[in-house]
Parts: sequence; structure tokens; C-alpha cells
Amino acid sequence: MATLEIKDLHAEVDTEEESKEILTGVNLTVRSGETHAFMGPNGSGKSTLAYAIAGHPKYRVTAGSVLLDGEEVLEMSVDERARAGLFLAMQYPVEVPGVSMSNFLRSAATATRGEAPQIRHWVKEVKQAMNNLDIDESFSERSVNEGFSGGEKKRHEILQLDLLKPTFAVLDETDSGLDVDALRVVSDGINRYTESGDKGVLLITHYTRILKHVRPDYVHVFVGGQVVESGGPELADELEESGYVRFTEKKEAAVQS
Amino acid sequence: MTESTLEKSGPHGLDEHSHGGTAVPQSSRGHRFTSYDVEAFEVPGGREEDWRFTPVKRLHGLHDGSAAATGSLHVEVGGDSAVRVETVGRDDQRLGTAGAPADRVAAQAWCSFTEATVVTVPKDTQTAEPITVTVHGPGKGETAYGHLQLRAEPLSESVVVLDYRGSGVIGENVELIAEDSARLSVITIHDFSDDATQVSSEHVHLGKDAVFRHFAVTLGGDLVRVNTKVTFGDRGGDADMLGVYFSDSGQHLEHRLLMDHAQPNCRSNVTYKGALQGDSARSVWIGDVLIQAAAEGTDTFELNRNLVLTEGARADSVPNLEIETGEIVGAGHASAIGRFDDEQLFYLQARGIPYDQARRLVVRGFFGEILQKIPATDVRERLEAAIDEELAAVGA
Repeated sequence: MATLEIKDLHAEVDTEEESKEILTGVNLTVRSGETHAFMGPNGSGKSTLAYAIAGHPKYRVTAGSVLLDGEEVLEMSVDERARAGLFLAMQYPVEVPGVSMSNFLRSAATATRGEAPQIRHWVKEVKQAMNNLDIDESFSERSVNEGFSGGEKKRHEILQLDLLKPTFAVLDETDSGLDVDALRVVSDGINRYTESGDKGVLLITHYTRILKHVRPDYVHVFVGGQVVESGGPELADELEESGYVRFTEKKEAAVQS
Repeated sequence: MTESTLEKSGPHGLDEHSHGGTAVPQSSRGHRFTSYDVEAFEVPGGREEDWRFTPVKRLHGLHDGSAAATGSLHVEVGGDSAVRVETVGRDDQRLGTAGAPADRVAAQAWCSFTEATVVTVPKDTQTAEPITVTVHGPGKGETAYGHLQLRAEPLSESVVVLDYRGSGVIGENVELIAEDSARLSVITIHDFSDDATQVSSEHVHLGKDAVFRHFAVTLGGDLVRVNTKVTFGDRGGDADMLGVYFSDSGQHLEHRLLMDHAQPNCRSNVTYKGALQGDSARSVWIGDVLIQAAAEGTDTFELNRNLVLTEGARADSVPNLEIETGEIVGAGHASAIGRFDDEQLFYLQARGIPYDQARRLVVRGFFGEILQKIPATDVRERLEAAIDEELAAVGA
């Protein structure tokens, strides 16, 4: 049983004029076997949380801690975090010209598993994973994300999730920009990943649409850089009905008082 | 005319320029003065268009007549036995047929060499393995002038590796000739020790339907300046000019290309990619294309990309296109200088790939497009290893 604990996390980002605090004290615990939906309006800091956990250099953590089974994640380099079992499916995956998808996947698997996968098994494994996500095999010889459509990039993020099998996955708006069919394919991929029962997921989303395919155990509402309410799946239903207005007002009221 | 200069780049700074139209310069750079007489050229002071990017103080007198020859180049030729190798005197009538010197150093080299090496691939010969021409510099503190001619006779097919090593101050002319319907690939590797100075003029001449492939690889040397001019003697010539360079702290690596299209239905493509790292690492790329009035049906493109790995390095990139006829298939150019992309590194690292390996992947990827086309596996592997070594040297 693994645990990812986020405690009073504050983070800021440098804009051209000033440093701006985006995360204002995030508290959250995800245990293996749990799926947490993390919902909030645009600009609430959801992606910042994802990047701060992964260690993106643009975001500076000013207070708090992120513990993976008691180990301080914030003291690790970006690649150490990944090797420790954290994964971030990015909202806007980066293009890396000249690096083939197959070379990239194999390098990543070698790094996270601690040894190079045996070539025969590996080829089979990748092929199976690509088939599961309706990805054409020709993609493995293309440069990482280069010229991929939005949907293709998202499928490849889930392909990496499937192959690397991290302990905890943060999925940053993996559902955005997907059509109905692609959403189903990607959701099936996430469900395959969690089916072993020992994985933890932090599913960041703006819409409730994906939650019809991926059932969360917990739903958190994120406003103004912190969690303002937590509940079960019924909280998502309320958001579906009424939107974020109740929570944004609540937050403003709290700020004013 | 377009110029992109980057001295200090901001995060994800990218300066991109690309279009396919005409660019009319103030004065023609394509119609260039040439002469075999060194005194026909002024001593460059560093402000001339041809010299404004070159630190003339580091030329050790190659440019002003003060660099007397104190040594000589040592040339070794290996590979296919069908190839003729000759050492000839200045009076050999074949020399200088590919083109006349277009700057003072080239004219100085022409006036100063004592013997030339001529390598000939005979008519209708296909060489089984690459011909290797290894040129050793005269040694530290010594000056040498050289002349080399590679001639591929009609219908021949060959690959030549021209490998520069050692040290010294070198001025030279290199003639690369692909006669009618010949297919000639030349891989030029400038891999001198860090104190060497080389100013080289390459004169490339293509016959009817000749196919020429050039790979210029520049890694070592304090100052390396290579002028490459391609001329077409008849229709149907096809030239691919590919280059990679890696400039470290203190190095000045300069490539100046001129594609002179004077014949109809010829094609040229120029793609040079460079990486720079370390304080005062410098690179200069000048890509001139001239499409003369007679050169209808010309198809040409030139591209230069630079990857600035660290602060303080500086790349200059100047593409220039002069077109004297509208009856062409295509003409375009693109040039960009970009900072090493932190987002790419983050993405690879976020998948567990360690920093050094991620950096290697990105830079290899950047050069990969060109390295993959090099038609000699051992050379390709050597260059990949050399680039890895350059990266490791910084250990950032």
C-alpha cells in the first residue's frame, strides 16, 4: 500500500513583472487503489499542482511538502520523481524532433524499470499496448509527438502510462480536446492501468464528462489554489448540474471575511 | 537579406524566419570577383562584407601575406585500388579548373602551394568502399598551404571521406569535380586539435546530370572558415549540401556557401545544423544562392538551424537569395536560432530519463536528420560519438 501525501503545498510562478502565488496551501492524500477526481474552473491552479508534483522548473514551491511513502518528493530531480513511481500525463505533450517514439519509450522503460527490457518481450508489449489504444504501429518510428494531432498526443500519454506502470499517475486534463470515441479509448486505457488495484490516480479535469467512463472514489473541488470541498462521486453530479459558481462564491466570501 | 543574431537568449527564445520569395540585396553577392592573383584582393581589415564575421586577428597572417609557409600538409589516400592518386606540381593543367579564388586567403593559398594531390575516380568505375583522404596539418605553430583535387569521371560512383586532423595554420583550395553523370559523395570532417586554424575554399563543379552529395562536419579547431562554391557546367546537375557543426567555448566555425545556378534545370539543397555551447562559442553560416537569367527550371532551398545550448554562445545566420529569372521550380530559405528547449528536457526527464541522457537524445535528434544520410556507417558512428563527447565535455 503506497501513499502520496500533499501537505500545505504553496507554489508560485514568475511572470514578467512579479512572482505570483498559484497554489495557496493544497492538502490531499491519495492511496494506492484510489482514483481522485480533481475539478476546478480554469485558472484555479490545477495544472500548476500537476507540474509542481512533477518538478517543472517554471514552478517554484515555496512551502509544504509532497511525500511518496514518507519520502520527500520535492527534494528529488524530475527524473528521480519519475523513477520513484510518479507519472504526469501532460495537457500539452511536448514535441521532441529527431527522437523516435520507440527510442523514447525504450529509454523511459529502461530508466524506470532499472534495466533494459528484453527486446523480444518489449516489442510485443509495445505492440499490444498500441493496439489497445488504437495507435497505428507506424507511430513508433515517428518523432515524439511531432505532428501528432491533439488526440494522438493524449493517446500516447496513456500509452506511456500503460508501459511505465507508475505507482501514482497525475492526469492533467487528459480528456480535453478528445472526441467521444477517443475519450472512450483513453478512458479504457486509464481503467486498464488501475485494474490491478494497486495504482493511485489524480484525475485533473474541468468537465465531468470523463467521470462517466472513469469512476472516481473521491471528488475534490479546487478553487483559488486550494481544495475547497471534498466528497464522493455525488459532488461531481452537483458540478454537472450547477457548475462551479457555489464554490467560487464561497471562496470569495472566505477571502473577504 | 535576412540576418538573425542571438547573443543572449531568453527562455524558449526562438527566432524563426522562413519564406519562399525573392530577397534582393543591396549589391550582388552572387556575382563575385575572382582572381588567381593574390594582389588583386585588398588585405581584409574585418569590415568587408566577406570578412565582417571573421576575427581576422586569429588568421595568423593568412589574409595579409605575412604567413610564410613553414611546413606542409601530409596527405594519405586509402581505399579502393581503382582510384588514381597523383602528387603533381603547380604546372599541372588540371588544377584550378573547378573555380578561381574568390577571396584573398584562397588566392594566397593558390599562389603558395608547392605540390597538389589529385585523386581521380576513373570513368564508369563504382568504388566498393569509401576512399579515405586524410590530411594532417603541419603541426603546432607551423603554416602550410595546400591544394587538393577530387575528380569523379563520367558515370563513376564513389564516396570520399576527407578527414582533416592535427594542428597548425592552413590555407588551401579544394576542388571537388563530378563530371557528366557521375555520382560523387564527399564527407569532409574538420576535426583538428583546438589550436588549429584552417581557411579553406572548396570549389565544386558539376557536369551534366551529375549528382553531388556533400556532408560537411566541423568539430575541431580554434578557427575554421570554409567557403564552398558550387557551379554547374550543364543541365541536370543535382547538389545536396549538408552540414553539421559543434562549436565549443572559444571556437569560431564559419561556413559560407554559394550555389551559383547558371544552367537550366539544376537542383540544389543546402541544410546546415549547428550546436553551440560555452562562453564565446561562435558560429557563422552564410547561405548565398544566385539564380542567373539562363538558369530556368532551377529548384533550390537552403536552411540553417542553430541550437544554442548555453548562455554566451553566439550564432550568426544569413541566408541570401538572388533571382534573375522567374521561370523556376522553386527557391526558398529558412534560418533559425533557438535556445536549448527546457520543455523537451522536462518531458524526457518526467519519464524517468536522466538529465544527461535526455540532453543527448535531444541533441542527437537535432543532428539526426543529417547524420542518418551519411553513406558510411563507421563515419556516422564516429560522428555520433564525437557529438556525445562534446556534450559530455561540458558536463552541465
